[in-house]
Amino acid sequence: MLALLTLTVALLVIMVVSVSFGSREVGLDDILAALAGSTDGFDHGAVARRIPRTWMAVIAGAGLAVSGAVMQGVTRNPLADPGILGVTTGASLAVVIGLAWFGLASATSYILVAIIGAGATATFVYIVGSLGRDGATPLKLALAGAATAAALSSFVTAVVLPRQDIAEGAVSWQIGGVGGATAASISTVGPFLAVGFAICLLMAKGLNTLALGDELAAGLGERVGRTRAIAAFGAVVLAGAVTAVTGPIAFVGLVVPHVCRLVAGPDHRWLLPLSALGGGILLTAADVLGRVVARPEEIDVAIITAIIGAPVFIAIVRRHKVRAL
Amino acid sequence: MTRDRALTVENLTVGYHERMVIDGLDLAIPPGKITAIVGANACGKSTLLRSMSRLLSPRGGQVLLDGKAVHRMPAKELARQLGLLPQSPIAPEGITVADLVGRGRHPHQRILSRWTSADNEAVADALTVTDTVELADRPVDELSGGQRQRVWIAMALAQRTDVLLLDEPTTFLDVSHQVEVLDLLTDLNTARGTTIVMVLHDLNLAARYSDHLIALGEGALHAAGTPSEVLTPALVEAVFGLASQVIVDPVSGTPLMVPKGRHHSGRSAAPRPDVPISHLAER
Amino acid sequence: MSIVRTRPHESAESSPHRAGELTPLRTPDLRAAVTTVTSARTARLRRRRIVIAVLAALVVALFATSLMVGRTFYPPADVLAVIAGHDVPGASFTVGTLRLPRACVAVLTGACFGLGGVTFQTMLRNPLASPDVIGITSGAGAAAAVAIVFFSLGGFAVSVVAVLAGVAVAMAVYLLAYRGGVAGTRLVLVGIGVAAMLNSVTYYALDKAPQWELQEAMRWLSGSLNGASWKDALPLALAMVVLGPLLLAQVRNLGALQLGDDTAAALGVRTERTRIVAILAAVGLITFATAAAGPIAFVAFLSGPIAARIVGPRGSMLIPAALVGSLLVLVADLAAQFAFGTKFPVGVVTGVLGAPYLVYLIIRTNRTGGVL
Repeated sequence: MLALLTLTVALLVIMVVSVSFGSREVGLDDILAALAGSTDGFDHGAVARRIPRTWMAVIAGAGLAVSGAVMQGVTRNPLADPGILGVTTGASLAVVIGLAWFGLASATSYILVAIIGAGATATFVYIVGSLGRDGATPLKLALAGAATAAALSSFVTAVVLPRQDIAEGAVSWQIGGVGGATAASISTVGPFLAVGFAICLLMAKGLNTLALGDELAAGLGERVGRTRAIAAFGAVVLAGAVTAVTGPIAFVGLVVPHVCRLVAGPDHRWLLPLSALGGGILLTAADVLGRVVARPEEIDVAIITAIIGAPVFIAIVRRHKVRAL
Repeated sequence: MTRDRALTVENLTVGYHERMVIDGLDLAIPPGKITAIVGANACGKSTLLRSMSRLLSPRGGQVLLDGKAVHRMPAKELARQLGLLPQSPIAPEGITVADLVGRGRHPHQRILSRWTSADNEAVADALTVTDTVELADRPVDELSGGQRQRVWIAMALAQRTDVLLLDEPTTFLDVSHQVEVLDLLTDLNTARGTTIVMVLHDLNLAARYSDHLIALGEGALHAAGTPSEVLTPALVEAVFGLASQVIVDPVSGTPLMVPKGRHHSGRSAAPRPDVPISHLAER
Repeated sequence: MSIVRTRPHESAESSPHRAGELTPLRTPDLRAAVTTVTSARTARLRRRRIVIAVLAALVVALFATSLMVGRTFYPPADVLAVIAGHDVPGASFTVGTLRLPRACVAVLTGACFGLGGVTFQTMLRNPLASPDVIGITSGAGAAAAVAIVFFSLGGFAVSVVAVLAGVAVAMAVYLLAYRGGVAGTRLVLVGIGVAAMLNSVTYYALDKAPQWELQEAMRWLSGSLNGASWKDALPLALAMVVLGPLLLAQVRNLGALQLGDDTAAALGVRTERTRIVAILAAVGLITFATAAAGPIAFVAFLSGPIAARIVGPRGSMLIPAALVGSLLVLVADLAAQFAFGTKFPVGVVTGVLGAPYLVYLIIRTNRTGGVL
């Protein structure tokens, strides 16, 4: 409970920071004026643009973190993350194909297509990674994910490269950012994220049982296959919807649940809400960092999360016994 | 065809990190004989073998081969005189028996030298000795455990060394293959006079197949000598902490250790003359 | 029966065999065994030589093709004339200045990636432990991109920076994976993490260089031969001449190392030295190639396993893998230029083609339950 409260306060603080600091330095008076609704001049305009961006970072971070926590629970794999498993790249490719070949136009259709892409990729990676005698070991899943992500990323380039008319070109579909967020994109993605969160939270108890191993869970009366499928669906909805509006962002789904598990223990009923808050904090903080460190330029948030997240990934790999990996 | 080489260990001290595994050990390996090293788990048996073949550098003391310190000999020169078969060597995927055995010729080759007929002969001889000629073209992956172990021994034989060290050559083999491998080593020693030093798990097989038995405990020498001198209830108690009886192996006449344990030990201490010996003798 | 028997070898010990010739123990027919061994070896090598010859012929054929075809087709006579130094109107520029260096860079980068990749895979006994999976090409690519964008370096200096970065990343991955010994699994996973981080650095550098054309940017993301010139080919050729033989000299040692460190050491291989020489040479080849053409996706990873499938377990994979690498890059570059209507960077094609093969490899090894 205390952790929940602390994280909520921290999230509010970082949101204020996010609105206050950016690649352009703006005084306190102007910030307050902008928050009151003024859009006069560059300073107010800059602050006004930071507001949807901040909200987007919060909900995207929350979605990715919960998605990662659920994927770790479903696969019982400490290295699961929508980015590492290639799910976000799959979503990205689906959107790009929709744009290039099917004239996809509405924002809602982006999101639906992204969810389909994410789901197909997740299924594929899980099947490939769990072939063989010892099932889905972390190594096999991580490799299948990395290979799939690399392949899909090449496909994204192949689709986008001949079409200079599509969005901002290949790179923005390979590395995610929240800079382009608008109130409209937030209200489009919002309902999808709400549905995803709801599904995941409903499956929290089932995930706790799954953690005991499939046989024991079945022995306790859990319908293992169904629980896993529904929870995975929730995770895929979250990852796909977020990727449709931000592009692929990795490592948030890996780092946040691990840190939250240190605080809250393995109970998913606590872990998922905490991860949502933690994900919001991490992505917002990473976005602020990206705006501040390279003034007057900005660094896409996915670059920052990779640089923060990869060391955590390595630390997790080092901490686990080789046989468990 | 092999020369007798004097392999001695002088005041050898070996350790990993803080822990001393072997501390001030003195040993002499009798040339032209079969020596078996026995001892409890983690007593330094493998460490001793690895130090003798310079896989490990000593902290102190030295290992001498014909009076020369092995750690100061050029790697290939030593590998032409002394071979080692490690406990779990790795066979690359798909490699054939002949190819694997051919790798044993490594110390006889230089960077640019070509494969010679002498190399072919050495490989053929090694296959013949180990009775694996018919397997020459088969992938090692497909062989049974016993066949595979014979092939590895063939690889060590292709190395043409006078001394052959083997680290638990019978682990993972079922009992008939254990005997098969040890018989092969005995043949080799008999016909060629190759000095053989092996770490063995099974005390009784060690006693039967060795001329010289070395018992290690906690990195120090407990006893060394002929099997009948070394394998006594007192030694088994000291090295393994196990109460036992030592009787005469009815097949080979070598000492045979029979553990007591806490159960099923109610019978008289003397071997029951009616059961074991006559029963075994019939086989 | 008498319990105490004379043991057979005790009586044999004084036999005249002791100092004699090769003493057959079982089959007396040693000569038959020699024939068996010799013919097995000859058959093995013959297949290997044939495969190598065919691969080499294919490389030459594709090299020639890539000189002839393009927007304008030039017949072999014109191409040969240009190579011989004669002035052929039109062809001299197109073939001599554009196609020839590009084809040379393709062959050389392919060979470098193939050699470097298979060295890592052999030494770490794991096909996944190739330099492009464990982050070494990412490191070299990131360093090259940073050197160009932030420090305005060019030419040979970029190669040097890339090589240093590659070596540093190799060491970092090794040290990060080290925990009382390096397990292959951990090394691969640590490498994946390091690669993700370094790729972000590349993206960042590209982000800072908006004036770049997308094609140029793609070179550092997935590898490209567009605009390859003699300036790129020269350092590569130098690296190949120096490091190639260094690596090939280790063929036998690497072969022994495949049997495990202990066995190799018992065969007189100085394992640490072999490993260091081989890693440095392989990293050098990989990073020079990356500095010239970017981290062409999956070539280092694919060449070894493909070569192994074609050649079978018949001796060292170094030369076959180098040839397969050249072949992959040549084919992919031809396809990238002419097969799709749009000119793609070569790395996009190897990425699209290569990743399914990686997935296939994972599926195959997972099925059989073998070690990857």
